[in-house]
Amino acid sequence: MKQTIPGTPIFDGDAARKGFALNQMCFSFNSEENRAAFLRDEDAYCRRYGLTDAQIAAVKKRSVRDMIDAGGNVYYLAKLAGIFGLNVQDIGAQQTGMSVEAFKERLQQAGR
Amino acid sequence: MAQIVGGVGTTHVPAIGGAIARHLEREPYWKPFFDGFHEIHRWLNVARPDVVVVFYNDHGLNFFLDKMPTFAVGAADEYKNADEGWGIPVAQPYPGDSALSWHIINWLVESDFDITMCQQMLVDHAFTIPLSLLWPGRDTRPVRTVPICINTVQHPLPSPDRCFRLGQAVGRAIDNYASNDRVLVIGTGGLSHQLDGERAGFINKTFDLMCMDKLVDAPQELTKLSSLEIVEQAGSQGVELLNWIAMRGALTGRVSKRHQNYHIPISNTASAVLLLENDAAEPLRKAG
Repeated sequence: MKQTIPGTPIFDGDAARKGFALNQMCFSFNSEENRAAFLRDEDAYCRRYGLTDAQIAAVKKRSVRDMIDAGGNVYYLAKLAGIFGLNVQDIGAQQTGMSVEAFKERLQQAGR
Repeated sequence: MAQIVGGVGTTHVPAIGGAIARHLEREPYWKPFFDGFHEIHRWLNVARPDVVVVFYNDHGLNFFLDKMPTFAVGAADEYKNADEGWGIPVAQPYPGDSALSWHIINWLVESDFDITMCQQMLVDHAFTIPLSLLWPGRDTRPVRTVPICINTVQHPLPSPDRCFRLGQAVGRAIDNYASNDRVLVIGTGGLSHQLDGERAGFINKTFDLMCMDKLVDAPQELTKLSSLEIVEQAGSQGVELLNWIAMRGALTGRVSKRHQNYHIPISNTASAVLLLENDAAEPLRKAG
């Protein structure tokens, strides 16, 4: 039986299989040239990597939650988020439905 | 025989690379973190390691999901860093030590660790940032390096017990290496943090401080946990603690704590550094 931890995606075989195309596209963003190609024509770039409709929709929405639901792994997604100018506080705020300021304040609180 | 002088566990948050590049070490946000390394620098000046063995995890620079080794050992004379996609400066290459790498590889396989051997291996921020913290300066390369990559990305992950035993085998390999090298072992990443899901931003100070205590005198207590239990307690990316556990396993002698610093937050992470001195074990013990 699969173990679940509330609010915590486990990037296991099922997720990795589902997310392969999306993660492979994100892996390509290690290259400046590929990041530029994505920005020039996002749809064409997603198609070239064979993303599913759900993955393309999640990318269009800039929704990290939807990308994770579609099999994305956050280490790879961070490379895509970087293209949109989003850092890990931004994507943390997005996933938790908080403002970025509130998210950062909660991190500070954890140290007190 | 080579001598293991100590072990360091340290956070490897990418934002640290940005802070170093922009010289922010004395800014109020960063100072409590960077100040934690002064004592380490003093100790390194005395301990004078020649080589470092670095247990770390790759975040999608060298390894993709097409081929994901559980344990991978570098066997090159040079390791390059490269663009990771989100803008921290690319580091100059690091000198390797392929003779020591192959000695460790031979020892590990003889000890039944089915590792992956890498004569080419890009090293990412989880390798470069700890070295920049220990030896500041962009082009400072005072030590040779052996990278050992542990999969903390794609589940199933190796267990804490297996990582500890891997570290022990690496330690014995070094104890039995015919050279006068002084070796430092580093474990990078953590401590508690989580980047993904509704629990993003999760930090667990109580668990982190317990782990830092246990790593000194009772590391076996951490090896009773499963990797998923660490995910639960330390967050999905806090499981990088596995690298620290492997580092501790490699300290085969009498271990004493010389320094620790713990500060929340750096980026989304509970940042930490721990320095353990190792009074070297006797060489020529049997593997197993």
